Amino acid sequence: MSEGNKTAFWSRYGLPWLLPVLLIVLWQLLGSAGMIADRILPTPLSIAKAAVRLSESGQLLQYVGVSTQRALIGFIIGGGIGFVLGFLNGIVPLAEKLTDTSVQMIRNIPHLALIPLVILWFGIGEEAKIFIVALGVAFPIYLNTLHGIRSVDSGLVEMGRTYGLNGWELFRKIILPGALPSILVGVRFALGIMWISLIVAETISSDAGIGYMAMNAREFMQMDVVVLSILLYALLGKLSDWLAKRMERSWLKWHPHYRHNP
Amino acid sequence: MASSLPAQSVDESADDPRRAAKAAAKPAAPSRNSAEDVIHRKVTRKPEDAESLERVSEEQESASRSASGSTVTVRGGTVRFGEKIVLESLELSIRSGEFLVVVGRSGCGKSTLLRLIAGLEKPVSGSVSFDGKPSSGLRSDVRIMFQDARLLPWKSVLDNVRIGVPDGDRDKALEALQLVGLAERASEWPSVLSGGQRQRVALARALASSPRLLLLDEPLGALDALTRIEMQQLIERLWRERGFTAVLVTHDVSEAVALADRVILVEQGGITLDTDIALSRPREHDSGFAHYEKLILDRVLTTRTDTGGTDGSYTI
Repeated sequence: MSEGNKTAFWSRYGLPWLLPVLLIVLWQLLGSAGMIADRILPTPLSIAKAAVRLSESGQLLQYVGVSTQRALIGFIIGGGIGFVLGFLNGIVPLAEKLTDTSVQMIRNIPHLALIPLVILWFGIGEEAKIFIVALGVAFPIYLNTLHGIRSVDSGLVEMGRTYGLNGWELFRKIILPGALPSILVGVRFALGIMWISLIVAETISSDAGIGYMAMNAREFMQMDVVVLSILLYALLGKLSDWLAKRMERSWLKWHPHYRHNP
Repeated sequence: MASSLPAQSVDESADDPRRAAKAAAKPAAPSRNSAEDVIHRKVTRKPEDAESLERVSEEQESASRSASGSTVTVRGGTVRFGEKIVLESLELSIRSGEFLVVVGRSGCGKSTLLRLIAGLEKPVSGSVSFDGKPSSGLRSDVRIMFQDARLLPWKSVLDNVRIGVPDGDRDKALEALQLVGLAERASEWPSVLSGGQRQRVALARALASSPRLLLLDEPLGALDALTRIEMQQLIERLWRERGFTAVLVTHDVSEAVALADRVILVEQGGITLDTDIALSRPREHDSGFAHYEKLILDRVLTTRTDTGGTDGSYTI
């Protein structure tokens, strides 16, 4: 690896992680020096030990698995509804007239405020969490899909029609790709909301998952496990954002904005 | 061409522009239309006689020109936008293979006339006929070039041209790209092309299905002067080779005289000037050219004299 390549490698993969790593080192130093009490905030090392301990027992993987599954199912249901409704309302003016007012009213209710109601409806089972996630995810995807359809260049649609494209072909070749940049913005936004909704839902009522692990640890004053759960959410959030970016880069590689940063 | 260029190699070349260029450069003699196919066959029979080839070529050209261009007739065409009447009882007939240029001030309805012929506007009364048969709506043997190229930014140059090929055949699309000299750019994104190149891709897309009528809605309006002249020559050459009927809307009188068999002026919803341009091609900027330019320009300016082309650019 040449000198120049090395620099490029570091600025690409090293720099974004420099700050988090420095913070963790500082935290560890302050912790081991006794300046941060273990009861307030355990050191990174003891959190890592907790992670290893829980991994060995298989609990950690199981909880992460349960949470991820809830998040994804909720995302697929809510995202699917938002996507279909967004397209329908973007293409059929009558559908928009019928549904948009209701959608806007529901959208403005903070979906987390529905948790008490949702617990009464579904108990603390899976349905409650999936419902909350789906409700939170649906609106950003709905709004961005609708906006994406609206912003498709009408000149391109007219061009498509003059070349005999109709219905599904017109949708697949022109409307969907034209709306995709906006839809993916909605997806990235929705992924953030997905984790937040899940964290809140799991923390309030759960019998498995990362939120349950945190609340359970709180009962027994296991500070390391509590902080571990919080860090897990941060990592999972980062992971889903990374996935969303990957989607943007592979689906929007025609876009001048994404072409120059592979 | 299909035999020398397997579809597979084009598929793979999507990732590698250099290989695409190679693949594109491979075919030795791209055939431009069915008429030329016939010529090629004749050549293989009599390869030594170059003169007879030329004669054959001319014969074929005139034969294909009369055969493949649509005849268009507009009868009493009236188009209204709300209360505003844009075209009123307009009568127009276009001969097969004719190059008609429509000039007029902006907002005079010349683009609407084009869109009426294309089937993009519905007349409130009157009719449009192709080869004597009334027609409404879009037709697959009519292609339109707009002022902006309207390429899909998410499709490669080749895939954009494939939209114009009925079955999406790659070889046909590549053939069309060769017509406009852009085969080596087949795998690139439209956004890296210049304005003139984009219009050439749009032209390739329009011609890929060998339309019988090509409608051009100020496609050169946004190009710089030199690119414009190149495009005019390209359009004229392809029109001569392929024999389609062409209707060009422009506000540039010089462009009109350079390309037209016949120029019409649209004013206040109707045609107020209809003149044949009796100059031989390719056209030089000689006295005959200047005569027609002045004739049309004077006619345009008689109705209103608040604007005028004084510096030779003759833009209305």
